[in-house]
Amino acid sequence: MRHSTQLRIGPVGFRVGSDWRAPVALLDDLYRDYPPPQDDIPDFNVRLFAARFWRRWLRPSVQIGGDFVIPDAAPLPLAQGLLAAEMAMNLQMALGQRRYLLLHASAVERDGKALLMTGESGAGKSTLAALLMTRGWRLLGDEFVLLDPAAGMVHGFPRLISLKNEAIGVIEREAKGGRWGPLLEGTPKGAIRHLVPDVRSIAAMEQPATPALVLFPSFGFEGAEREVFPSECFVRLTQASTNYVTLGEAGFDALTGLVRGLPARAIDYPDTKTAIATVERLWGELA
Amino acid sequence: MTRYRAAPAATLRIVLLDVLTLVYHRASGITHVVDSPVPEMIEVLGGVPLTLDETLAALAAVHDLIDPDRNALAARLDELVAAGLVEAV
Repeated sequence: MRHSTQLRIGPVGFRVGSDWRAPVALLDDLYRDYPPPQDDIPDFNVRLFAARFWRRWLRPSVQIGGDFVIPDAAPLPLAQGLLAAEMAMNLQMALGQRRYLLLHASAVERDGKALLMTGESGAGKSTLAALLMTRGWRLLGDEFVLLDPAAGMVHGFPRLISLKNEAIGVIEREAKGGRWGPLLEGTPKGAIRHLVPDVRSIAAMEQPATPALVLFPSFGFEGAEREVFPSECFVRLTQASTNYVTLGEAGFDALTGLVRGLPARAIDYPDTKTAIATVERLWGELA
Repeated sequence: MTRYRAAPAATLRIVLLDVLTLVYHRASGITHVVDSPVPEMIEVLGGVPLTLDETLAALAAVHDLIDPDRNALAARLDELVAAGLVEAV
């Protein structure tokens, strides 16, 4: 393709090719502190292309392609090219990742131990992970957690933190000196702005962590918490995994190994201050 | 008369978590999340094939059955046969 770049996020290498310069230039800038793929061989290829050749110039719209595709992905305007690239990389992970059990969750690390947070879109996974990062935790990732079936450790996937709508302002106030991508308005999920993980999280992204606590946060409710038993945790995490079925028995072993003996709580929170206080208290008690 | 036996032990991975039990069925790749009396049924059917009445008697011998119900057991067995966790022979 005309323009391309390569990068590695955690243990996963990508090559991104594009018909346009702008999305690649933005990726090069925002991911400038990330290493190249291992041995310069990417695990996944991503393509950003014009579905019709005149769409390179005339109301340019970005179609997402790569090693793994879904047939009905709608194109995005070129101004949202960064979002298209991020979506395409996520798509490769969701459809093609076989080495790790992939959990749709955010995670942060402290003292070698990992806190996993998973829930529906809008539950606040990314927001809480970003807030904890600003308070000294290492960000493992805001979207995917990679569970190694052999060792039971979680590997980080600290891609750009995708913040939406009200969360953008919340984190802009907290992440002083943070590096940001452009504000993307009118996306299918409203306004989106990407925050670059802090230097420490990027530098340490190859260090796995031992899972120590799982939280199922829900935003917009009175503060509450309840214990989640391993069987419920197991079922919810299979629902949060894109490749549990594909991995077969290795996935079963990985997930049963994870939930046995791992404390889990569902927490409802009305605001981020309450959530952070709850997380810190539970971490002190349980992890 | 129909007799029942559990799928070969080598084809099942059974993990007791808390109130629920996970059964991974290697032949189909499907994970079943089951409650009592399913793990107990798989256990008593792990030896020689048993008839419905023999299965009920075997369960009653090793577990306190509050309300032994032959029809309910038959329905559970049919479900397990359909899932491949129990074979009808």
